[in-house]
Amino acid sequence: MIDFQYARAGTVADAVRQAAENPGAKFVAGGTNLVDLMKMDVERPAKLIDISRLPLDTVEESAEGGLRIGALVRNTDLAYHPVIERRYPVLASALLAGASQQLRNMASVGGNMLQRTRCAYFYDIATPCNKREPSSGCSAIDGLNRMNAILGTSEACISVHPSDMCVALAVLEARVRVTGPRGERVVAFSDFHRLPEDTPQRDTNLELAELVTSVELPAQGFATNYTYLKIRDRLSYAFALVSVAVGLELDGDTIKDARLALGGVAHKPWRDVEAEATLRGRSPNEATFAEAAGAVLREARGFGHNSFKIDLAHRAIVRALSQAARGTPQSQSNKKIA
Amino acid sequence: MSSSAPRAISVELTVNGTGHTLSLDPRSTLLDVLREQLDLTGTKKGCDQGQCGACTVLVDGRRVLACLTLAVMKDGAAVTTIEGLGNDGTLHPLQQAFIDHDAFQCGYCTSGQICSAAGLIAEGRARTANEIRELMSGNICRCGAYPNIVAAIQQAMGQR
Repeated sequence: MIDFQYARAGTVADAVRQAAENPGAKFVAGGTNLVDLMKMDVERPAKLIDISRLPLDTVEESAEGGLRIGALVRNTDLAYHPVIERRYPVLASALLAGASQQLRNMASVGGNMLQRTRCAYFYDIATPCNKREPSSGCSAIDGLNRMNAILGTSEACISVHPSDMCVALAVLEARVRVTGPRGERVVAFSDFHRLPEDTPQRDTNLELAELVTSVELPAQGFATNYTYLKIRDRLSYAFALVSVAVGLELDGDTIKDARLALGGVAHKPWRDVEAEATLRGRSPNEATFAEAAGAVLREARGFGHNSFKIDLAHRAIVRALSQAARGTPQSQSNKKIA
Repeated sequence: MSSSAPRAISVELTVNGTGHTLSLDPRSTLLDVLREQLDLTGTKKGCDQGQCGACTVLVDGRRVLACLTLAVMKDGAAVTTIEGLGNDGTLHPLQQAFIDHDAFQCGYCTSGQICSAAGLIAEGRARTANEIRELMSGNICRCGAYPNIVAAIQQAMGQR
């Protein structure tokens, strides 16, 4: 690990000011990903600005009937928050599907969103990687790419965003509140993370020195018909091969509203509003679900080792939609897939 | 000393009930501070990358990974390690349960398993064996003592 300066931020404004003064600085909260990357020399910050003591650790009701979640709320605390469990169970489920309890005890909401890909080549500083070192090349495209992306890829990068929580936040159409040197702004969740295109070094649309302060959930939580289905190599404590978050609103035997997002398949949580539109007004049955899955995956492309993900994602989408429609969400402790 | 050399930072830690004032390089992980500076070698360094759970300790009562914790960030915190679980020569119920159920072979993961289980019991979220397995999944045992680890935890939870 390289040397770095360490300073504690006293306020949000102080954190932003310190970051603006030093473009090589990084914010640190839980540290679960950043400290690991620093040990591997993938991240080499000149300075760590410790934001862990800022008062951003509360969950509050918002004026519009939703919730405002502070960026420093720990993943465990959010997963077990009674209002999240009751009104946004897809978020609680996704949180509990990620990492281990020790990591969830450390990790913050903001840090979860800003965690970096686990692409093996991003971590291996002996190999080219456009995300780690722009214009050095992508080792994954012709390399060991079993965990890599099938949607939204570019010639520069086929890495995936590793978060489970963010897949649920995509379905819930969360908004991200950030504070930067020019003040505060709100970013739609779908605009927060980026596709790789020719700038895979940028994971998000955050500008320099901007700090995530909270995540806001609208009132609609899809608490009755939802699921978070995560398919992985081990039953627990493994990143997704494919994961699917679903929220449905049913009116008798008709799908009134449908939201669907995928993890483990793209550089950002993957939502496809056109595919969702094919579900509306239809009867919730396997044929309808298969059509939507086909629509989501119409432009999917495999790279050899990960080509199996296209079929896997198709089945996972159908299964997840079925679970949500039946009102039998995937359990995160009993891993038998219903 | 070059201008880029890290400055030592004064940090107060209470470890197993004893207060320490330490002068730390900001790069020091809690794991290295416990083992190298406080001679508390019961906490093990396994992967050092947050993947194995061998370094699990309790910080302010919550189980965390000491290898991914920068010690300077925990100024003022109370840390409990395996050395602090029992007292005066009496084993903690989890330690006794691990012996009773032969819940280890090589023992390298055991301190982390027991500290993690102590956190699990304090959280009060696990009732069934499935839930214990799920919420202990951050602790890897290469000897594969998992069935006995689950049995030991159930004993300590008083639900054998």
